[in-house]
Amino acid sequence: MADAHAGALHAHQFEDADQQKDASTLGMWVFLLTEILFFGGMFLAYAVYRIAYPAAWAAASHHLDVRLGGINTVVLIVSSLTMAMAVHAAQLGRRQQLVVFLILTMLLGGVFVGIKAVEYQHKFAEGHVPGPGFHFEGADGRHAQLFFSLYFAMTGMHALHMIIGFGLLAWLLAGSLKGRFTPSYYTPVEMIGLYWHFVDIVWIFLFPLLYLLGRH
Amino acid sequence: MSHYLNHDYGIRSWLLTKDHKRIALLYLISATVMFMIGGIFALLVRLELLTPAGDLMQSETYNKMFTMHGIAMVFFFLIPAVPAVLGNFLVPMMIGARDLAFPRVNLLSWYIYTIGALFTLWAMISGGVDTGWTFYTPYSTAWSNTNVLVTGVGIFITGFSSILTGLNFIVTIHRMRAPGMTWFRLPLFIWAHYAASIIMILGTPVVAITILLLALERGLHLGIFDPALGGDPVLFQHLFWFYSHPAVYIMILPSMGVISELVACFSRKRVFGYSFIAFSSLTIALVGFLVWGHHMFVSSQSVYAGLVFSVLSFVVAVPSAVKVFNWTATLYKGTITFETPMIYAFGFIGLFTIGGLTGLFLASIGLDVHVHDTYFIVAHFHYIMVGGVIMGYLGGLHFWWPKITGRMYSEFWGRISAAIIFIGFNLTFFPQFILGYLGMPRRYHAYPEEFQVLNVMSTAGASILGVGYLIPLVYLFWSMRYGKPASDNPWGARGLEWTTPSPPPVENFPVTPVVTEEAYAYGTHGKESPVG
Amino acid sequence: MSGHVVPPRIYFAVFAALMILTALTVWAAFQDFGPLNTVIALGIACVKATLVVLYFMHVRYGGRLVWVMISGALIWLGILLVITLADYASRGWL
Repeated sequence: MADAHAGALHAHQFEDADQQKDASTLGMWVFLLTEILFFGGMFLAYAVYRIAYPAAWAAASHHLDVRLGGINTVVLIVSSLTMAMAVHAAQLGRRQQLVVFLILTMLLGGVFVGIKAVEYQHKFAEGHVPGPGFHFEGADGRHAQLFFSLYFAMTGMHALHMIIGFGLLAWLLAGSLKGRFTPSYYTPVEMIGLYWHFVDIVWIFLFPLLYLLGRH
Repeated sequence: MSHYLNHDYGIRSWLLTKDHKRIALLYLISATVMFMIGGIFALLVRLELLTPAGDLMQSETYNKMFTMHGIAMVFFFLIPAVPAVLGNFLVPMMIGARDLAFPRVNLLSWYIYTIGALFTLWAMISGGVDTGWTFYTPYSTAWSNTNVLVTGVGIFITGFSSILTGLNFIVTIHRMRAPGMTWFRLPLFIWAHYAASIIMILGTPVVAITILLLALERGLHLGIFDPALGGDPVLFQHLFWFYSHPAVYIMILPSMGVISELVACFSRKRVFGYSFIAFSSLTIALVGFLVWGHHMFVSSQSVYAGLVFSVLSFVVAVPSAVKVFNWTATLYKGTITFETPMIYAFGFIGLFTIGGLTGLFLASIGLDVHVHDTYFIVAHFHYIMVGGVIMGYLGGLHFWWPKITGRMYSEFWGRISAAIIFIGFNLTFFPQFILGYLGMPRRYHAYPEEFQVLNVMSTAGASILGVGYLIPLVYLFWSMRYGKPASDNPWGARGLEWTTPSPPPVENFPVTPVVTEEAYAYGTHGKESPVG
Repeated sequence: MSGHVVPPRIYFAVFAALMILTALTVWAAFQDFGPLNTVIALGIACVKATLVVLYFMHVRYGGRLVWVMISGALIWLGILLVITLADYASRGWL
């Protein structure tokens, strides 16, 4: 792609740097739209079964740890803030700030995945992992297994996206340390920021739908 | 003179290329290989069906044959062929750009396609899949003993190739048109690819997650569709067809785009009703997402949902009909010549019309109940997929062959093959309409005696069709070395791609063109006589 | 080079709003609003998502094309959900 230093340079297929940035932004958005439909399929399955088995859904949701889920929600929202601040720092050419905010975002992402791991471990311990070893007290055991199948599919896919995001942030960090991003070229920071915010948005929906049922 | 084929040599210059034209050729190779593999499975299916008894292979084996035929053809040929081969080559050129917006993403999409194809091939070789290309649960999740998981992974991977291609096209068409190339001056080929790209973006992710859920259920026992847990196998069908119906429009729209170009050029006339065709492409893309339940009329879907899907399925035929009317009107009082691409275009118009009209039979629930899962369906979709998509693909391949390779192919052999393909195609698939109407089920390796004559006709036709497909392989390949060198514009066609040398230079246009005329501005100069 | 610089105070304001909304949704979940619980939860999630999209993702400051595309994708997801759920809902009608 472009050589960052001169700023006005751009890849050969573009007329100028503005067109390149514009195209990159549009491209990242189109990609995020595919992600909406991708997660959307799982939300459909969730909706179908929740309407069919409301009692089982509530009972199963009750076995998820609201505090850990809530903490993770806060963690991700803070990480979106730090990511937005990272982009801001890049826009203004403040390299140190950019590095700090990227590191913060990565740390928060790590916390999220760590808490998720703890939660999964709880689920293993309680026998709530679908499959031959599944065990659920209550009349809705069968349907609860559906809930937990979706729980693992949805949060697992989300966590996978977070881990990929973590890798992308690491790449950004490496680039920032080398001074690759300047006020005239910070597109990768912004693009990966868009991705990160999207992953946050998915969780914004997952949290109430998975954790906050049957709490009253 | 330096052009994109000779300016750099060696396998690395091909495997690491960022040039959309070279990537198009990489796709041409991969897609042709997958087409031949799909063809071999078809051959085996038709061989078995020569006789009423299931005597060539066991039913389980036969199930694998038609499954792998479908998978290879649908996911690895029909979806990518026109967009990834012709689209990749032509989209930047037709809009006056030097390349697509994201050349490295383009190369990545080819690698993803090829890796997915290799995965799937490995699954096919190491035991095969027998679920039908539709992978219905619970057979695919719980009961089949075949390589469902690996095949699913292969298709999942390849889906991203489609998504990235669509992404690239959308951004390119929005942001990289040359000065003066307004939306309504774009060739209809571009409108068609834009519409198909919308479908790729919105639909493919849904089948991706569906296959993933299928794989998770099969591999990790995450029971999403499992009836034993209260899951619904029909949910799988909803998710699957939400993509797979629009997918057929991913296949046909680009091919229709080709036909618009061919009909205009070989009648020496601008396309009648340009904006109607442009908007009909978008309409097909959009309305095509609203009809998926017509695959599920007998699946226990609610009658009311069926009703709505039925009405909408009638509606979606309208924009396709609009195109056929407009092409026909373009032909009227045009100066028509019958070069090979035009023969394919005529074949397309006739066969697509038949295929499309039989689709209306199927949109009608009462009729569909009778012919669902019979050979009527098989004939219907082959008329559209083969009579439609492949005719358009071959017509386009011949039309732009001089531009792509700098060589003319043999017009004699071109026309002969087109004729053989047309005859072979109709002999293969027309009897299947009758068979289906008479009640012969699909996906069966044995059938009642009274259906044999029609089946023999069909198999005979398939052999002729197979020969018809092999001949172009020979003369096209031959032409790359020995064909007559092509001029910039051997057909006297309009369009930015024809203003470049054949083959084009790496950067397509040394100076960014400025567009001042409408698309298809025919009638302003005479045509050079085609060579060969 | 073009690129609107959003003042940090906007980011912090949005952040505060997201926090408050999160607290609100958790609180609401522990009350009994009957069928409204779902509506409230989804509604709050939509508001939070909209804030992230508009401000953190800069759509508020960008061109029209992006938000047309976002709306399109959401409508498309809506088509998938609504029609499929309509099938399930209407199965018992006959």
